[in-house]
Amino acid sequence: MTERNTVHAVFTIERTYAAAPARVFAAWADKEAKSRWFGADKSAERQPEMDFRVGGRERLSGTWHGDGVLVRFEAHYFDILPNERLVYAYDMYLGDQHISVSLATVEFRPAGAGTRLVVTEQGTFLDGYDDAGSREHGTGWLLEKLGNSLEAA
Amino acid sequence: MLNQSPSLDLMFQALADPTRRAMVERLGQGPASVSELARPLAMSMPAVMQHLQMLEASGLVRSEKTGRVRTCRIEPEALSLAEQWINARRIDWQRKLDRLGDYLDQTEPKGKS
Repeated sequence: MTERNTVHAVFTIERTYAAAPARVFAAWADKEAKSRWFGADKSAERQPEMDFRVGGRERLSGTWHGDGVLVRFEAHYFDILPNERLVYAYDMYLGDQHISVSLATVEFRPAGAGTRLVVTEQGTFLDGYDDAGSREHGTGWLLEKLGNSLEAA
Repeated sequence: MLNQSPSLDLMFQALADPTRRAMVERLGQGPASVSELARPLAMSMPAVMQHLQMLEASGLVRSEKTGRVRTCRIEPEALSLAEQWINARRIDWQRKLDRLGDYLDQTEPKGKS
């Protein structure tokens, strides 16, 4: 029997880009442009869907390199202000497990000629962390990602 | 000391060094003695011990001495599972936003400085 639990987290990530807000926004609004960066660390991407309007949905799935587990991302857009702001909710599934429900707010703030991008995620992380297999998988995955991100830094 | 709750800062700091990442990767395959850990590394034993101390302080690795052999192993529960996932999500975002930056650079219109 699965032990039920929920954990809540809020975090913010910021980046400054030389590109103007309109170009940065376009990279989120255009399906082809978004596919160039958003899901690119997954392989075997399966027919992404994207309906970029308030009330519209986005679906993306793929497997991470090597481990074969299907990751699914399903989003629902709530607020779209061109070149200024996006708010969407999204679900994440790992195989059959529903692992999180999050609200993401993306703000495109002018910074000189460029853009200060502020991404805030408010998430509810769901149960399914408690079997030893996924725990070890999680640790290895974390360390790998941590290492990659530090090397990239 | 053994049960001290490891901080994420210490963990990041511990993993910010390529030698320590190599040690963690090696331990990811299974426990190893200090000399086994040191073998592929081009450095003195005291330097290896220093790296090991940082990994232990971060909570990622623990070691115990049996006779003259110190055996090191990875501590898979160093982070709570929820922290792992949340942190993985944060890292996933960071990588996405880095790639967005690369994409914007690559597609920058010509003729602008």
